[in-house]
Amino acid sequence: MPHSPHPIELLRFNTCGSVDDGKSTLIGRLLYDSKSLMEDQVEALEKSADLTGGGTINLANLTDGLRAEREQGITIDVAYRYFATPRRKFIVADTPGHVQYTRNMVTGASTANLSIVLVDARQGVIEQTRRHTYIAALLGIPHLVIAINKMDLVDWKAERFQEIRDEIEGFLPKLGTFRDVKFIPISALNGDNVVDASHHTPWYEGPPLLAHLENVHIASDWNFQSLRFPVQWVNRPNNPTDQALHDFRGLSGQIASGVVRKGQPVVVLPAAIKTTVKEIWSYDGSLAEAFCPQSVTLCLEHDIDISRGDMIVGLEQFPGLESNLRARVCWMNIRPLQANKKYFLKHGTQTVQAIVTQIEDRINFTTLEPEPNPATLAVNDIGAIRIKTSKPLIYDGYTTNRLTGSFILIEPGTNATVAAGMLFPPTEAAKLEYTDFAI
Amino acid sequence: MSSYHLDHLEYLETEAIHIMREVAGEFERPALLFSGGKDSICLLRLAEKAFRPSDIPMPFLNVETGHEFPELIEFRDHRAKELGAKLIVRTVDEAIAKGLAHPAPGEISRNKLQIPVLLGAIEEFQFDCAIGGARRDEEKARAKERFFSFRDSFGQWDPKAQRPEIWNLYNAKVNPGENMRVFPLSNWTEMDVWEYIKQEQLQVPTIYFSHERECFRRGGQWLPVPPPHTDAAKPDPYAGARPKPNEPIKRLVVRVRTIADMISTGMIESPAESVDDIIAEVAAARVTERGTRADDKASEAAMEDRKKAGYF
Repeated sequence: MPHSPHPIELLRFNTCGSVDDGKSTLIGRLLYDSKSLMEDQVEALEKSADLTGGGTINLANLTDGLRAEREQGITIDVAYRYFATPRRKFIVADTPGHVQYTRNMVTGASTANLSIVLVDARQGVIEQTRRHTYIAALLGIPHLVIAINKMDLVDWKAERFQEIRDEIEGFLPKLGTFRDVKFIPISALNGDNVVDASHHTPWYEGPPLLAHLENVHIASDWNFQSLRFPVQWVNRPNNPTDQALHDFRGLSGQIASGVVRKGQPVVVLPAAIKTTVKEIWSYDGSLAEAFCPQSVTLCLEHDIDISRGDMIVGLEQFPGLESNLRARVCWMNIRPLQANKKYFLKHGTQTVQAIVTQIEDRINFTTLEPEPNPATLAVNDIGAIRIKTSKPLIYDGYTTNRLTGSFILIEPGTNATVAAGMLFPPTEAAKLEYTDFAI
Repeated sequence: MSSYHLDHLEYLETEAIHIMREVAGEFERPALLFSGGKDSICLLRLAEKAFRPSDIPMPFLNVETGHEFPELIEFRDHRAKELGAKLIVRTVDEAIAKGLAHPAPGEISRNKLQIPVLLGAIEEFQFDCAIGGARRDEEKARAKERFFSFRDSFGQWDPKAQRPEIWNLYNAKVNPGENMRVFPLSNWTEMDVWEYIKQEQLQVPTIYFSHERECFRRGGQWLPVPPPHTDAAKPDPYAGARPKPNEPIKRLVVRVRTIADMISTGMIESPAESVDDIIAEVAAARVTERGTRADDKASEAAMEDRKKAGYF
């Protein structure tokens, strides 16, 4: 692995597509051709090739780490891989293609900057292509790559590539908000246009995949707009022997969006009390300012009753503060969503009780259109719901803030994570009649 | 706007601190697994960054096989004391004496015997969560594991029924008797760990740096010659791990790349005398870190099988 003394960026991406579209092979190829594979890994591959593969190295065995996966030759769960080039470090989530593992795809994609959707050039666009592209859009992944794979099996025909591209570009406007979309003709098996440019595609003018991954602009993927600081842990040393520590009262957390500055006025929610930031404490010393997604400890001017689950926000724009909410959810459990059943809802650093009061619609993945009033949402379904929480949530719409606009539902008893939810924007920002803190 | 920028280590750090604080916020009785190895050394610095100026709100726990490098134990005890933390040590020997662990006939490695000891300690102290330093790049079963890895009341990991883990929303709910293993370094690579050690100027046990040591060749690896057996009244704890007559002893300049115990750690020949040397060596390495671990070579699914049974 090349080592660079300069600060380098981290790009997180996931690969998705249908079974046998060659996702794991693609990652194997990226690792192999970028010289990120080690000798003992190649040795292990060769060993299993001799035993089971009739002598050919199966690049997919690199990421299919579970015995059941190797037995069935499929990817069941997200596998994470790491490699680096002199420009960037990469975290790769190889996400499964089977419909029954859509939830794992959501897991792998939720933290990604970029999604690679693989399409088999012979098969063209199928339902899984639409499903995965839709999920990538729904999760707000900024950058999309459509890798049209197995181009060698369609004789590297530019017309076939263009045909698939046209079809996808036909439905992309329905999905909204990718910052950029790139179409790349590849053969993962043979390595064409993966790391090195292919001589089979003189008609393709773009970069090979790796060059695109190294260069795509990700610096503005974070949200630096309004300050949101969910309080994660109250930091009280309670040290009786050291006066400074005895009085220390910090609020530890990770900045979910925006920038916080020493001396900045802020409001603590839901108490709606205005105060100012006295100090931004960190292990490495006091900071003048801190930004998303740094983990810091804030000390406030006034001694206010604050606990885990509260949120400190800037004055520029207030979040929503409501207990009747609308959200789009991906259902992840074998037991279908039941309206009027109680679930736990974890949002930021707060867990509350919640009841789904209505299922508004369910996405049809053939048309990508919502169908109103379904009886339920089954595993891997995506739909819009109305939900009522036992306590108001302090939130933003998912499209403006991935961290304060998302939640999970947990089933009581089994503690299974049953849904991933993305909140619609608040109908109105909280009208806060906050109190200026005065002693 | 572009000045608000984290490099890859800063990003990995803030992710790990967030996870540490989630543990403190969500669990009643967490513990932090600290062996004195390089990964758990990083964990401790992250814990300092997460919780200072308060005390680190959880004890440290270590499971000893009884075959440890003395340098490691010394380092572990020193570091725990320096941080003012409570260190709990449970040993395979105790567990064997109590009948909780049973060595398999002929097996000299105590790697698997750590499982009942760890589970016993979790039960003894009613820990509902244990933070560990495992990384996904170490091994391909680990590559599949979540940050918050649920264990049932038998301590088992079920790789086919892992909870989906979305955004940074970790489902930390466990029923009594169940527990969670949490891995804040999941996304770190071996290189990241050494770069962090350099950046934070962290001390590491001396055996990571090159030194002269008597070794012998077995299973394609250089294994350290165990300390002499002095107490004739007791059975030799290293029986079976000593060089046989056809395994000549050589004095080599070596270091460890990853530390298990003396029986399962292959030494690598290396002149690396500083963290910078190690970083250069890792950058040029052509085998993975765990290529020097005998315990992983048993079979392609060796780690998966141990994790299912409750391993770290």
